[in-house]
Amino acid sequence: MIDWSYMMPLVFAALMGVSILVYVILDGFDLGIGILFAAARPDEKDTMIAAIGPFWDANETWLVLAVGLLLVAFPIAHGIILTALYLPVFALLVGLILRGVAFDFRAKVPTHRKRRWDFLFCVGSLTAALSQGYMLGVYVLGLNQGWAAVAFALLVAVCLAAAYAAMGAAWLIYKTEDGLQAKAVVWLRQALVFTAAGMAAVSLATPFASPRIFDKWFTWPEVALLAPLPIAAAALFGWLFFLTFRLPDRGDRHALKPFLYLALVFTLGFAGLAYSFYPYVVPEQITIWQAAAATESLAVILVGTAFVLPVIAGYTLYAYRVFGGKATDLRYD
Amino acid sequence: MDPLLLSRIQFAANISFHILFPTITIALGWVLLYFKLRYARSGDYAWMRLYFTWVKVFALTFALGVVSGITMSFQFGTNWPGFMESVGNIAGPLLAYEVLTAFFLEAVFLGIMLFGFRKVSSRVHTLATLLVAAGTTLSAVWILSLNSWMHTPAGFEMRDGVAYPTDWLAIVFNPSFPYRLTHMLLASGLTVAFLVAGLSALRYLAGDRSEAMWKALRTGTALGALLIPVQIVVGDLHGLNTLEHQPAKVAAMEANWQTRSHVPLVLFAWPDEEARENRFELSIPNGASIILRHSPSGVVPGLDDFEGEHPPVAPVFFAFRVMVGIGLLMLLVSWAGVYYLFRRQRLPRPLALVMVPMALSGWVAVLAGWYTTEIGRQPWLVQDVLATADAVGPVAGGSVAFTLAGYLTLYVVLTLVYLGVLVHLSLKAAREGDRSPDPAVSERPLDQPVASG
Repeated sequence: MIDWSYMMPLVFAALMGVSILVYVILDGFDLGIGILFAAARPDEKDTMIAAIGPFWDANETWLVLAVGLLLVAFPIAHGIILTALYLPVFALLVGLILRGVAFDFRAKVPTHRKRRWDFLFCVGSLTAALSQGYMLGVYVLGLNQGWAAVAFALLVAVCLAAAYAAMGAAWLIYKTEDGLQAKAVVWLRQALVFTAAGMAAVSLATPFASPRIFDKWFTWPEVALLAPLPIAAAALFGWLFFLTFRLPDRGDRHALKPFLYLALVFTLGFAGLAYSFYPYVVPEQITIWQAAAATESLAVILVGTAFVLPVIAGYTLYAYRVFGGKATDLRYD
Repeated sequence: MDPLLLSRIQFAANISFHILFPTITIALGWVLLYFKLRYARSGDYAWMRLYFTWVKVFALTFALGVVSGITMSFQFGTNWPGFMESVGNIAGPLLAYEVLTAFFLEAVFLGIMLFGFRKVSSRVHTLATLLVAAGTTLSAVWILSLNSWMHTPAGFEMRDGVAYPTDWLAIVFNPSFPYRLTHMLLASGLTVAFLVAGLSALRYLAGDRSEAMWKALRTGTALGALLIPVQIVVGDLHGLNTLEHQPAKVAAMEANWQTRSHVPLVLFAWPDEEARENRFELSIPNGASIILRHSPSGVVPGLDDFEGEHPPVAPVFFAFRVMVGIGLLMLLVSWAGVYYLFRRQRLPRPLALVMVPMALSGWVAVLAGWYTTEIGRQPWLVQDVLATADAVGPVAGGSVAFTLAGYLTLYVVLTLVYLGVLVHLSLKAAREGDRSPDPAVSERPLDQPVASG
């Protein structure tokens, strides 16, 4: 006999975790390309947009799903976290609005106004990335907003923006050719340094922010089980860094690898965070069971999710296949 | 500063800005499908040119709808945590199903609909258009089910101040849902009908006499002329449903201060909430009794039955009149348009000059209608279950004032740019006329030529 009132919050925490991870990976490369606009030439920008054009909308939907799951499965936590992060959430939303509309406006306004929207596309992407990193930093320190926490959150903000830029560069290596591809390799290498620094900072800060997490990390045998996470992440970083010196390779070999390995690094980092904060959804305050909505309501959602999520995965893969290969000009007609 | 009032203004601003765009995309998806099917059947390039012009409008509108919609999903938590804490067990699944069944469907196939014309076969492209249209409509179904539940809650029980579902069919198909959904879908159709007709009239005035312009002009005008009588009937039924479930709202809509028979239909007045009477009243005797009770002696509930717990009268009263007034104007303009376009085969210049500003008539009517029903529910957030004042979060007034100013600035700028781009796209299409390149000629994607020029 399964105890559903115990299982259901676990299932939804897992679903929410997967949605956040998928969002960070997929919209990560969209936002990253927006950030890299700062370093690109006007003619390169059209290709960069073409590399994400058919996908960004669906990628952003994973954020709606993640926030939606927090809202419907853990309504109390949704309220506490979002009221505590009121202003960063505002910055995030303004960033996402600017990024989303600039994407469309840049191609539809009279030509002489295009550069203005290119600029706003970059600003919007950067704002969204920075505010997500800031929120992660504040969350890791238990929603503490003293000056030290703010300083730490700002550091995480910069590093997450760099991590997204790395994702964007990795996606460009896969989707583009020639000059832009070579440029993307250099961007990737530079962004990787900051990404690694950011992950190290979060990894170090997490256990020291909470004695509970410290104990969870540094007691035997947990420490042996946990050790592979940082070791694998460090190895992947190193391997990726050296790979950038070989790219672009003959016959475009390894073009997709940087993106896949980065996605793997993100997954490892995310697993570490999930392990540390479990079973809390509001750090050190509210567990997933305390915050969960009624089991009956969650059951209604779960039944639908079980059918719909595989279908979503299926048609998402189909869309990526339709627009697979190197990016070509986006045309409506 | 009062965080409750500021939060209400902020949410009203967000949702008003948001609803402008889904109102267009819901029906425009189906109109695009109609263009595509007409092209597929006739092979007439003019239909496909129309598709390409309007799919750009769709893309832009969709993007604005998505970004403003994300804002809403966060604001439940940032400003109204009491809403989900109290009725989250009902609202949660409805919102979750909207994301799962509708958002992903439309967002994923949007890419193929917009940019896939040369990547997939024409059939798959048509299917993508159909799925996007179905997705936007499905999204409306879920969200209107939730909104209707907030007006006419059903199928639940309260335990310790928290709502628990008891009957999901009763929740989804709550008493006002069928009326509200039909009313809103028709409103979406009318908004698009007048937008298409209005921007085509703009092309006409700019000297465009292309086949695509005429087709769009006729499609928009005919659609408007067909839908508006249906909308008037459905709106009336919706009003009778509201009378049954939310009499205080109807009393405010009619500015009827006393429960009595022989209630006049107030055409214009200045409702004075202090004195609890109307000033400068102009009315038709027995009108409201006849409309609402189908008899001059019918007793219509008045605001005196709900003293202290009815919505503010003036905004509901005026918003309702704006909506009805625009509805009547739509009837006049669209029928005149059908007469000239289909019987006389021409468009008189004065009519074209009227149709251009009417392009936005749907927006104004939709906002007025939503203000009527949403302000009309106050002081409740969920009728008789949760008061608006009990749902607001603990955020400081200063923070809300700051974000409100930010959102308002952004929304005003974006709305202006959006309208500017619509005009720009129309005038560009007018300049190109029938000279724009020919689209695809075959079912197979590789045969769809990338035209030059």
